[in-house]
Amino acid sequence: MKTRMYAFFRGTYIIWLRDFKRLLKDKHQLYGSFARPILWLVFLGMGLRPIFNETEGFDYVQYIFPGIVVMTLIFSGMWAGISVVWDREFGFLKEILVAPVPRTSIVAGKVAGGATQAMFQGIITLMFAPLVGVSLSVVMVCQVLGVMLIISLALSSLGLVIASRMYSYEGFGTISNFIIMPLFFLSGAIYPVHTLPKWLKLMVSVNPVTYGVDLMRSAVLGISAFSVTMDIIYIVGFGVVMGALATILFRRY
Amino acid sequence: MIRTDGLTKRFNGFVAVDKVSFSVGEGESFGFLGPNGAGKTTTIKMLTTLLPPSEGRGWVAGHDIVKESDAVRDRIGIIFQDPSLDERLTAYENLYIHAILYGIGRKEAKTRIEKSLTMVELTKVKDKVVKTFSGGMKRRLEIARGFLHMPSVLFLDEPTLGLDPQTRRVIWEYIRGLKDTFNVTLFLTTHYMEEAEHSDRIGIIHKGKLIKVDTPDNLKKALGGSAIILQATETNTTKLVSAGIEAIREDSVLVVKTEEVDDTIKRMAKVGADLRGISVKQPTLEDVFINLTGSAIGDESGDSMEVIRTAMRMRRMR
Repeated sequence: MKTRMYAFFRGTYIIWLRDFKRLLKDKHQLYGSFARPILWLVFLGMGLRPIFNETEGFDYVQYIFPGIVVMTLIFSGMWAGISVVWDREFGFLKEILVAPVPRTSIVAGKVAGGATQAMFQGIITLMFAPLVGVSLSVVMVCQVLGVMLIISLALSSLGLVIASRMYSYEGFGTISNFIIMPLFFLSGAIYPVHTLPKWLKLMVSVNPVTYGVDLMRSAVLGISAFSVTMDIIYIVGFGVVMGALATILFRRY
Repeated sequence: MIRTDGLTKRFNGFVAVDKVSFSVGEGESFGFLGPNGAGKTTTIKMLTTLLPPSEGRGWVAGHDIVKESDAVRDRIGIIFQDPSLDERLTAYENLYIHAILYGIGRKEAKTRIEKSLTMVELTKVKDKVVKTFSGGMKRRLEIARGFLHMPSVLFLDEPTLGLDPQTRRVIWEYIRGLKDTFNVTLFLTTHYMEEAEHSDRIGIIHKGKLIKVDTPDNLKKALGGSAIILQATETNTTKLVSAGIEAIREDSVLVVKTEEVDDTIKRMAKVGADLRGISVKQPTLEDVFINLTGSAIGDESGDSMEVIRTAMRMRRMR
């Protein structure tokens, strides 16, 4: 039992370490993490700003800022899944599958790797806060980091669930776009949702990202639609379910 | 070290491996010889716990491959047919990750990595990203990795596929050197005859069935020894008959099968046969294979997927 635990931690650590080393070497990821906030905050936000006056007393760009941070986390979370598909295609996954580490450590290591990447990119997006007129105290930054962590763990687990049955990189791209975009648009990240028709509202209310955006918004701007406790329960619950599902799916290899 | 009993794998009704039973002793090198699609890789996948058998059982290093898969994984090493390195990391990092995955301590890992890099002569490029390596260099790195955790059994699935003949020879020198150093049991698959030749014993596998297991020498001897070939002139035919030597005519030559080559030639000379252009042909494993399966090993053209896979492999090896 003790050796099993040791093997689990050893496996998780090394799988995370490998992804971390790759992350440090990947310059394109770094450029991308700067490009994405500029694209959404400046190109989209500035353009749409004059149209919106329903944004709860905040400037539109400020209003969408927490949503853009969450979006960064969605993309990075999916990256955890992409890296699995990538490893499978380039054969490295076999090296891990035949190693004497439990399959659960593959899930744990990859989720940790995805979350690390998400945190890294989220922090870069957060650096744009002063630029859009959002000021954050040290305490607030700590809260935001905590929120980022639970959201990115949950979304990385989702990425792994999708990846567990994907055998091509292209296939993953298609599927994840079908999932990422609706999750993002129907989360209230870029527009208030209370004016939506009922059936769309229902979709918004089951979307886990909605609660992530809400939680992030309460941490950054101090406004929220649901209680913080409810947000946390929903996101953590979603993460646990996805993590368990990923573990089951990877066990049957 | 390895034992199987009626090991079988079916994929949707297609029998890839059909009731295969054999055993491999400690320190032995055992080669599976057969064309593409014969069931070699599937057998390796079952023995290395990557694929559960449909039927039958197998033991590796004393542990059941299904019930004790963790224990089996602790004791084996694998060099896959397709590359399985992380191309974006350096040679050293690839080995380091492997070492930690197999529970080797950091300090011990460092010394072993240095040693194995020296053995495959990659020390100079250890901090270069693997992507920049040639196909042969990547293979050498994978071989060093396979031995790094000192497995009891090392599985090699077509270890030299897609490499040029010269590189292939060098790779085999490394494998043999490492095998002798670490006293590892080898289980390998190949469809190159000259590579199978170096195994202690060979299992000939065809269409999922293990047809014969024996040493290369015994397999060749079973074909009836060497063949002496001389011109099929009229005089030769009558002279051989007079000497009581049995010969088979094939086109313009006479073929005499015998186990005593020297003696037979002396007898031919004594009766005054025309020995100009005489040649002696040792049986090859290719002959053995044709004799046992009725087809040459190169005959089986892989399906289109196999062609694509090979092309992909070549691309990645660059």
